[in-house]
Amino acid sequence: MYISEQNKRGWRLLGVPFIFAIFLLAVPIATMTALSFWTQDYLTLIKTITFENYKQAWFQPVFQTLFARSLLISITVTFFTILFAFPIAYYISFYGGKRKALWLFLITIPFWTSYLLRMFLWKVILGYNGVLNSFFEWLGVITEPLTFLLYNSNAVVLALVHGWAPFAILPIFVSLEKIDRSLLEASNDLGDNSFNQFFRIILPLSMPGVIGAVLIIFIPCIGDYITPKLVGGPEGLMIANMIQVQFSKANNAPLAAALSVTSLLIVGIIALAFVFLNRKYLKNY
Amino acid sequence: MIKKNSINKEKIVDLISIEKSFDQVKAVNNVCLGINEGEFFSLLGPSGCGKTTLLRIIAGFEKPENGDVFINGKNVNFVAPNNRPTNMVFQNYAIFPHLNVSENVGYGLRNTNFSKDQILKKIDGALELVGLKGYNKRASSALSGGQRQRVALARALILKPRVLLLDEPLSALDKNLREQMQFELRQLQKSVGITFILVTHDQTEALTMSDRVGVMFNGKVDQVATPEQIYNKPKTKMVAAFIGNMNFFETECKGENSKTITVFHKDLGNFKLFKNNIFGRKNPKLTVGIRPENLKINSKNLKRQSKSFTAKIVEKSFMGDTILFSINLSGNNNNTYISVSDIKNSPNPNIGDEILVTFEEEDVVAYYKE
Repeated sequence: MYISEQNKRGWRLLGVPFIFAIFLLAVPIATMTALSFWTQDYLTLIKTITFENYKQAWFQPVFQTLFARSLLISITVTFFTILFAFPIAYYISFYGGKRKALWLFLITIPFWTSYLLRMFLWKVILGYNGVLNSFFEWLGVITEPLTFLLYNSNAVVLALVHGWAPFAILPIFVSLEKIDRSLLEASNDLGDNSFNQFFRIILPLSMPGVIGAVLIIFIPCIGDYITPKLVGGPEGLMIANMIQVQFSKANNAPLAAALSVTSLLIVGIIALAFVFLNRKYLKNY
Repeated sequence: MIKKNSINKEKIVDLISIEKSFDQVKAVNNVCLGINEGEFFSLLGPSGCGKTTLLRIIAGFEKPENGDVFINGKNVNFVAPNNRPTNMVFQNYAIFPHLNVSENVGYGLRNTNFSKDQILKKIDGALELVGLKGYNKRASSALSGGQRQRVALARALILKPRVLLLDEPLSALDKNLREQMQFELRQLQKSVGITFILVTHDQTEALTMSDRVGVMFNGKVDQVATPEQIYNKPKTKMVAAFIGNMNFFETECKGENSKTITVFHKDLGNFKLFKNNIFGRKNPKLTVGIRPENLKINSKNLKRQSKSFTAKIVEKSFMGDTILFSINLSGNNNNTYISVSDIKNSPNPNIGDEILVTFEEEDVVAYYKE
């Protein structure tokens, strides 16, 4: 077979990332999928195909609760992140003036410290002897520390919203920047006040950015492991924590694999739905 | 005393001493301008002369630093664009990309109290008016440049504004379509009877479409007049140079009577200027302007007022419907142009030929030097 020089060069360039993708992405997923159909007896894998793991993963109440909670937390986090990020992106885009670059730079500052540290900081802020409780005690509003601040789902949501906000601001900012300002003048000229203009022009035209932000936040959030571990307590645990337990302490890798594949499917379906939604918005451009 | 709120009712738009600067540059400098109800008015000028700024001031997108804007006799200085009886056709048309043709055209009606059925009927009517009948469901991304322009027009006209503002609406179209749209816009304006204010840098566009033209330079309106007046009697040298072609000659005053001034030019000799063709503040030096088509070659029917001089042809360009001859006069730095439009019945000399050039004194305009 004849391969042109150009094609050869293309393959050479593709080669390394391709091998990388095969061994670090395709192979692990395939292994995990295979594993999810097997069973484990203490340390030995029994390689007869069974749907037992999926039956457990899908129908045992504890897993159902965890899946539901993970979904709910992710949806809540995504919702609030977008809600907080949109006004910031809006402000930078429409009122940033000559300081747009500076604002964007400031938004990236949280990335200068590690994610783990930022999540850990919430323990310091929300904890029993934490910043908030000390402050309230000093104010005299409370006599003994509030315990509902930390170690529950709300703490997880709060920490995740904080952690993911920059990832939402940037795509929304980009989509707002792309809106032709003469469209705003036109809508104004045609009788819109600022309120109508926002809902009829700005919001629909920034939807690609919003949907992008939703995907960027929702997908990693549903599988987040470290945040619930740090600030979630027993009530804030998510599916990723269960997968970790099944893999290590419970010694049930096949069940962990089945749980993993299931969450992969859930995320995949939701992500695809959003991609199709975005295509609907994008086709007009 | 006449109160400022009871200004001349016939003027649908009245601008009084408008001033606007951007970064210390005066974009609009003390402009007073009245636009009559129902007329097609054009603001013409080179880019950066402030014509678009002036239009945006009328629309309400820019706030003037000084002066008053009256629309329909009402001071609108503090009225937002969405509450002004004006609508605008933007230079890039500003068609909403996420809405289809119907939604675009009916956009403004959603802010009114019309029922759904009425709105649909109005949309159909507006689309028919601009020649886009049946395009209701077409996506805005599937429209050509000309169609986008029609949608922008329909979208503005459907609201029945008192004044329609058009910001260089034809500049994005190719030549044939532009000429067709010039004609259609003119027809449309006559049929709907709405006042149109058009901003353009294209003099042909302004002259062919408008009832009156305002010519702007450096933030000031130099002349407001009918297209004929603008072309035949440009009031300043800048207008004369901007509109059409004009040969300029530097002359000196030699004598004066009640109606005329006699001037001298090295090549053209002595000739008379009529005082109603002379503009500016009195000065012994005058710049004389003669249109290329007012210079005749080897003409036989000389009148009493005809002046003539001889020259040699240095260049000749065939332009299709006209031929442009260039002659070089010793007293002029630039070439002087003679255009001949009646090619069949005119003498057709060649480069290097010696010719007799004649002109009528009444066709000459002149400007006192500043």
